[in-house]
Amino acid sequence: MSVALERADFDLIASWVQPGERVLDLGCGDGSLLKRLIEERGAKGYGVELEDAEVLTAIGNGINVIQGNLEQGLAGFDDQTFNHVVLSRTLQTVRHTERILGEMLRVGREAVVSFPNFAYWKNRMAVMAGRMPVSEDLPYEWFDTPNLRFFTLLDFEALCAKMQLVIRERQVLDEAGRLVTEEPNFLGSLAVYRLGR
Amino acid sequence: MSAGVGTVSAQVAHFDQPLQLKGGGLLPAFDLVYETYGTLNAAKSNAILVCHALSGHHHVAGCTPDNPANVGWWDNIVGPGRPLDTDRFFIVGVNNLGGCHGSTGPASASPASGKPWGADFPVVTVEDWVASQARLADHLGIDAWAAVMGGSLGGMQALQWTLSFPERIRHALVIAAAPKLSAENIAFNDVARQAILTDPDFHGGHFYEHGVRPLRGLRLARMLGHITYLSDDQMAEKFGRRLRVGAGSYGFDVEFEIESYLRYQGDKFAGVFDANTYLRMTKALDYFDPALDFDDNLARALARAKAKFLVVAFTTDWRFSPERSREIVHALVHNGQDVAYAEIDSAHGHDSFLMDEPHYHAVVDSYLKRVKL
Repeated sequence: MSVALERADFDLIASWVQPGERVLDLGCGDGSLLKRLIEERGAKGYGVELEDAEVLTAIGNGINVIQGNLEQGLAGFDDQTFNHVVLSRTLQTVRHTERILGEMLRVGREAVVSFPNFAYWKNRMAVMAGRMPVSEDLPYEWFDTPNLRFFTLLDFEALCAKMQLVIRERQVLDEAGRLVTEEPNFLGSLAVYRLGR
Repeated sequence: MSAGVGTVSAQVAHFDQPLQLKGGGLLPAFDLVYETYGTLNAAKSNAILVCHALSGHHHVAGCTPDNPANVGWWDNIVGPGRPLDTDRFFIVGVNNLGGCHGSTGPASASPASGKPWGADFPVVTVEDWVASQARLADHLGIDAWAAVMGGSLGGMQALQWTLSFPERIRHALVIAAAPKLSAENIAFNDVARQAILTDPDFHGGHFYEHGVRPLRGLRLARMLGHITYLSDDQMAEKFGRRLRVGAGSYGFDVEFEIESYLRYQGDKFAGVFDANTYLRMTKALDYFDPALDFDDNLARALARAKAKFLVVAFTTDWRFSPERSREIVHALVHNGQDVAYAEIDSAHGHDSFLMDEPHYHAVVDSYLKRVKL
């Protein structure tokens, strides 16, 4: 993930959070997004993270991090506890896709989901040339990638329709973090959605 | 690892004001024995209270003047440069009321009779301990602890501190604990108590005046308890089915290594611990249930806490499993309170909280480094 794209992803998410709102960041890593939401947006933030090293760093960053495995859902979190539940660039690594989306909208009023678009034109070019795409945004080889699900904007929106999730807003970014308005499923590297019920 | 805190002498604080106990009893006066490590700063804002578990005491770190081999039970986490850094914090270890290491307890002389309290020593609760520890804080001039930390039953005390004195604790480190015991936990405790209560040398708790001690009961209680502190995997790895001698003798003498280990642990413990204290410590565990007065709603029970929390659990701990710690975490999250939770991959079962496990210690260190003084 390029720095510019990561910043643009976080910028969008931050712009949707109002002061005092409660945010749950799933796969929060070292807590850098939450730290920003807390410091810049005055949010009350919690994160869920599985990896020991990330949990340790997040604790050092003063983040309310809760170690846990998203594959086991969000058991224990009460219904409608959060204003926003964020899954930033993580959905493609989750096996139980429908369950986690359902859980996000159980514990939160809004789900914020961002993911890499596998139909981005450079990825299409790679496949046309006969190889799986490897790039700054998809830095893994097929045999060591943590990504389990390979999907596009159109795929994701079809799933939302099937699950009867309402797409409240969609923003699409290119590799430089610029907003894409034309042909998003072709020109967009990263998609960011706000979902509701 | 750097050198620890060195030689430490215990101190005694005497309290004249009666202490009303939750169970209805009244202690007219009492002593608390304690140790301290590090230096209390001028603002008195760097104090950490370490609460002990069932068999612990005030000797948390360093060694005692009489015996360099008598190292404190949590020495691996307390000292210069260690997670509870004595270069930065002032650490207090205390022996709880009802204990058998110097604080007023069943073996102490009752003011009414001059003889040991024995069975007449009241049943004390976690709430009572916290109330008595607050007296110690007053004695030391500490308005508010930077943190209160404990594992197991000690973690329950850290949690209770946030409820009994929300203004007097800024951080609670609740390690390998639970918001209340399960029926299975209570069952284990009662078998342990029955072992003591049915020992002919127990004499209804007044064994002191008979010049005997219920060693058999205490030994059994400890053997049972010890099984529940370990993990199945760890026992398999450490002992397996190994025999002490070549082949089975088809008798009932000690044969398997695990038998030898448990008997040794039981004997060692029975030699130094007080049976009446053991009964009371297990009762304090059984009774702890802060949600009881809130229709079993833990979130409502914890709502008055103002401290920030670090909750830690261990994957192989089946006595106080991670699920129980998560109950505390989720109640706090429900309330919008500050909490971090780490689930440590450790092979040592419930006893993991005492172990020098690098990631666990790093988590505590990382959390405490953020505590403002």
